[in-house]
Amino acid sequence: MNELEKALRSASLPRGDAGAAAASGQFLARAEDEGLLEVAYGTVESPFGDLLAAVTPRGLLRLSYDPSRNDAVLADIATKVSPRVLEAPARLDPVRHELDEYFEGRRRRFELKLDWRLTRGFFQKILRETARVGFGELATYKQMAEAAGSPRAVRAAGNALGSNPIPIVVPCHRIVRTGGKMGGYGGELGPYIGGPGIKQRLLELEGALDEHGRPRLRPA
Amino acid sequence: MPVRLPPFQALMDDHRDDVYRFLVASLGREEADDCFQETFIAALRAYPRLRDASNLRSWLFTIAHRKAIDAHRARARRAVPVEEVPEQADTGGIALQRDPSGATPPGDGEPELWRAVRGLPAKQRAAVLHRYVNDLAYVDIGQVMGCSEEAARRSVHEGLKKLRTVWTA
Repeated sequence: MNELEKALRSASLPRGDAGAAAASGQFLARAEDEGLLEVAYGTVESPFGDLLAAVTPRGLLRLSYDPSRNDAVLADIATKVSPRVLEAPARLDPVRHELDEYFEGRRRRFELKLDWRLTRGFFQKILRETARVGFGELATYKQMAEAAGSPRAVRAAGNALGSNPIPIVVPCHRIVRTGGKMGGYGGELGPYIGGPGIKQRLLELEGALDEHGRPRLRPA
Repeated sequence: MPVRLPPFQALMDDHRDDVYRFLVASLGREEADDCFQETFIAALRAYPRLRDASNLRSWLFTIAHRKAIDAHRARARRAVPVEEVPEQADTGGIALQRDPSGATPPGDGEPELWRAVRGLPAKQRAAVLHRYVNDLAYVDIGQVMGCSEEAARRSVHEGLKKLRTVWTA
């Protein structure tokens, strides 16, 4: 490479130029104005670490516990909902606000609208039923299967809850194993998308466990 | 089989600095901001209909390239013609040439070399920038500029030749 070519390569503008960041901010505002921001994502804090959150104009689309899966989660959204996915942390403010209140014990019910497009069919039915289980209440997988109109599909109900795209707000942590059944994956409380430890902490927060840390299950 | 498009943010993260650098080098800082927005808004608008995700970098630069040409044309229209001064063209005195609109005063730290590059004829300027700022392969430069790989190579070559007459290390 001759001197001129070297100069062209090296004399060019610095990388990570602040101008690009500023121009990107203006771009985001304009994309929003022109209705091109179809999925906005950002992180929200929780007692269990940062959660990835995604919203659309329809409502909350996704909450995800595992930061190592963020790229996969966003790729999935781009394929299933819209590829117009942009990082826009300010759009998550209402989600942050309600989650903060919930974790501080000041909110028993979420007012957030939900976008159900990441689920379908029977899974969505189960999750919509789950969304009706109130703060501090518990239900069993069997009850969910019954409520969704397929009383024998207990295992499928478990799979649906395991695929919940909006944990915490769609309270799959309130669905536990039928009383008395001990051991196995997830123990008495049953498995949970964020791990059994988080399930226990959420249920403690809601006062749904007795003094032995066991579920106060409402009668089936 | 439908294409799997990555989240648009991933494109921005991967390429926004390069696109910005290209536009600053091509237009000067002041106009680069507007053109950057035009480029990415146009890209975001068209994105869901894209049928080939195999070379998103080239696709973005194709849009940036067109937007930069539009901006250059708009600037030429705005410029007040002055009788005695020859039109901006392949004159030898590139380094002496000042931006006709005065829109880009010599910024601090902006190398004189870039002023010379901006003074090149449109095709050569774009080709040189695509080659050395964006580090595109000739085949991609051809795609971005809508010409053959050979024509792209020729434009880069001509551009370098002209720059050499005005630039000394």
